[in-house]
Amino acid sequence: MKRLGLIAIMVFGGLLFSISFELPDLGDARSPASTHVSPYYIEQAIHDTSVPNVVTAILADYRGYDTLFETAVIFSAGLACFFLLRITDRKAPKARFYRHLATGLTLRVEKGGRLPEDTKEFERIDSAWVPSDVIINMTCRLVVPFIQLFALYVIAHGHHSPGGGFQGGVIFGAAIILYAISNNLRRTLRRTSERTSALLGSGGVIIYLGTGLLCILLGAGFLNYSSLSLVPGLDPVSARSYGILIVEIGVGIAVTAVMVWIYYNLASAGKLDEGL
Amino acid sequence: MIWQLDLIILLMVVICGISAISIRDLLGSAIMFGAYSFMMCLLWSIMGAVDVSFTEASVGAGVSTVFFVAAVFRTTRRTRD
Repeated sequence: MKRLGLIAIMVFGGLLFSISFELPDLGDARSPASTHVSPYYIEQAIHDTSVPNVVTAILADYRGYDTLFETAVIFSAGLACFFLLRITDRKAPKARFYRHLATGLTLRVEKGGRLPEDTKEFERIDSAWVPSDVIINMTCRLVVPFIQLFALYVIAHGHHSPGGGFQGGVIFGAAIILYAISNNLRRTLRRTSERTSALLGSGGVIIYLGTGLLCILLGAGFLNYSSLSLVPGLDPVSARSYGILIVEIGVGIAVTAVMVWIYYNLASAGKLDEGL
Repeated sequence: MIWQLDLIILLMVVICGISAISIRDLLGSAIMFGAYSFMMCLLWSIMGAVDVSFTEASVGAGVSTVFFVAAVFRTTRRTRD
């Protein structure tokens, strides 16, 4: 069976490799894509949408449907992780571990034992806890706000530079995940709960869909942002630019929340109890 | 575009890809996959597709590696085949 697979891979790999010589060269001006499709967008995007970054204009305006369903795919990935992994029965775990902060002693509290939850002297720790490193804690605490700021910059500046809602959302989610790794999962859950991430994930998709429906209500096609120019002080071109911005923010919120949501379910094996 | 640099990065992509599927330790495999994503990201930016390269760096080399490591942490590091 293994040999058969190897032969199949060799044959189809060789076929792909031999066909790749027939592909047009990188940046060939006479290739079909460069003669029919690209010139329109490269020349007209700035006049149509006043967005200098052509990629953003294509992704969020000309091909808005694609990005809408991409966001929906991301959201369904988060939903699938939730349904596959999340364990909802609220049985207490077998044993919990507590650390006395002053002495560093570890308590193991069996099921049914009295839990020192509300005292300031004990801190609950994961069963796979290792003594936390001061360098890691401090570095992450310093770096996380800057990562979040950079993520907001990437979302807001997607019109002018590479980036946009998707990348910015992933970076923002990565900042929260970094916080969860360097501290612990329960502290992160107190700040951004599972409910928050699920609601924000669907909220981002709804922002995108709502923008499209608003365009219909204002008298143009689905996701045709030029109809937003009915808002006073906007001409059709800058209305398309603002429409792209709203949509990018929606994508950013959805992607951030879903990344965090997937991480919660994966790192705690669905219990949302003890993290990585 | 320097073709020597291009060739080195392309070779690294192939090496990382093959090692990611052939390493027996799943944690090592996840890390090799992250390295593969980073090399692909460099390759995209050499070809001038900066947006794709940005996505590859944040999603492929960043978050998906964390997801793999989390999954390995909750299951097992060994593979049976």
